Amino acid sequence: MAEHAEGTIIERPIRLDYEYTAGLAQSRFLKGIAEGKIIGEKCPVCGKVYVGSRGSCPTDGVPTEGEIEVPAKGTLTTFCVVNVQFAGQSVETPYASGYILCDGADIALMGLVQEVPIEEVRMGLRVEAVWADELGPTLNSIKYWKPSGEPDADYETFRHHL
Amino acid sequence: MRDIAVVATAQSPAIRKEERRNEVEILMPVVHDLRKRAGLKQEDIGFTVSGSCDYLQGQAFAFVTALDAIGPWPPIDESHVEMDGAWALYEAWTRLQYGDIDTALVYSFGKSSPGDIRRILSLQLDPYYLVPLWPDTVAMAALQARALLESDGVTEKDLAEVVSRSRKNAKDNPNAQLSGDVDVDTLLKEPMYLSPLRKHDCPPITDGAAAVILAADDRARELTDRPAWIRGIDHRIEPHSLGVRNLADSPSTRTAGEKAGVGNGNVDVAELHAPFSHQEIILKRALGLGDNVNVNPSGGALASNGVMVAGLQRIIEAADRIMAGQADRAVAHATSGPALQQNLVAVLEGEK
Repeated sequence: MAEHAEGTIIERPIRLDYEYTAGLAQSRFLKGIAEGKIIGEKCPVCGKVYVGSRGSCPTDGVPTEGEIEVPAKGTLTTFCVVNVQFAGQSVETPYASGYILCDGADIALMGLVQEVPIEEVRMGLRVEAVWADELGPTLNSIKYWKPSGEPDADYETFRHHL
Repeated sequence: MRDIAVVATAQSPAIRKEERRNEVEILMPVVHDLRKRAGLKQEDIGFTVSGSCDYLQGQAFAFVTALDAIGPWPPIDESHVEMDGAWALYEAWTRLQYGDIDTALVYSFGKSSPGDIRRILSLQLDPYYLVPLWPDTVAMAALQARALLESDGVTEKDLAEVVSRSRKNAKDNPNAQLSGDVDVDTLLKEPMYLSPLRKHDCPPITDGAAAVILAADDRARELTDRPAWIRGIDHRIEPHSLGVRNLADSPSTRTAGEKAGVGNGNVDVAELHAPFSHQEIILKRALGLGDNVNVNPSGGALASNGVMVAGLQRIIEAADRIMAGQADRAVAHATSGPALQQNLVAVLEGEK
């Protein structure tokens, strides 16, 4: 309790616990991650491949189908550089965080970009996943993404995935 | 006023704990089934509105992710209420009154199982005086049941009779969670849970989804042979503080029932959203329903109680009976909040 000039402030901690159900599609994705695979699912109407599908195509509202493995390699479509420290931060600043569009996927995954000087991080950079030593059904299984050494991707190839 | 009718309905089976599918995966087949029954594509629908509660899922903007089940492309005219789907239906009814569109899709969904539903629902209370005490839904319902039992001739046997009839009626409802033949004496031998309520006086915990298509005027007649016309619809609220209410009565239901025109004709069927057995007695009185009225032929919320879904389901169950020609005039009621705080009443009729 803290005194205030015109009143009293009360603290009222609230906590709710949940048992989260990932769902059928997301479970398939997370099981894939635990095996070091990135599993996408395809919309039967528009043909887009969703990586980390929640079970439906958000455009067409139909169930996504098929387990389509995409390579753990892709293009950095956009990024930001984090310069500010905040509570619970596990990476030293400055660091780059960005959207990685795996080859053959139509939606990007978020991830850290490392093993490259910050000033060289750029849109179109080709990257590949660096997996954690121990894999589990979590995106922490991908430690970060590093440059693959391939030439940069042409902007036209990823302009719809920013 | 335009004439608006329920022309198609769909609902998922009530499940105690849906452990495999997420909310979108539960909702999607219900909406697909509904549109198929109505013979409509999403692009044929003028307005889409949902009722759900993000607290059930524990995720901010969970209602937005639910649109993944709908297919909102090309962009749709869409809205949401953080209320039971019955209030979403009210919004759709209001929207159709503008006159520029003829059809609306209403859906609601909710998994009550991921969190502690009793604690979650406590957070809808007054944040200063009530929430810090964490009074839960069952405790508040028990206060209300006690108020009713002490106020007049209502006995625990009357509560047990409500439960017995609900379970029996639910035998004919393929979507119900609890059904069967249980006699009143057996029920009365069960131990107290939160006195004066026994466990069977309380609703089950349910995961599920439901959806409705509304249509106006001739569009409704095109879409189905016998639309369930909404002849009146109204919703009212009690004071926020439980302490200033007479919990044994439901003035807001009475007013909503009068405004909706419940008393303007014979009532064949009434689907009352009474999650607790004693609430059915309070509602029946407030609406002036006699013993000749078939109350909760579906089994009601005591048979399955998807939070945010069960109120819309009452409208669905009433409308289904009109559309099937089993009833000419039906009353549907939905509630929200603690101890019947908010109440919506709709009167549905088939064409003579």
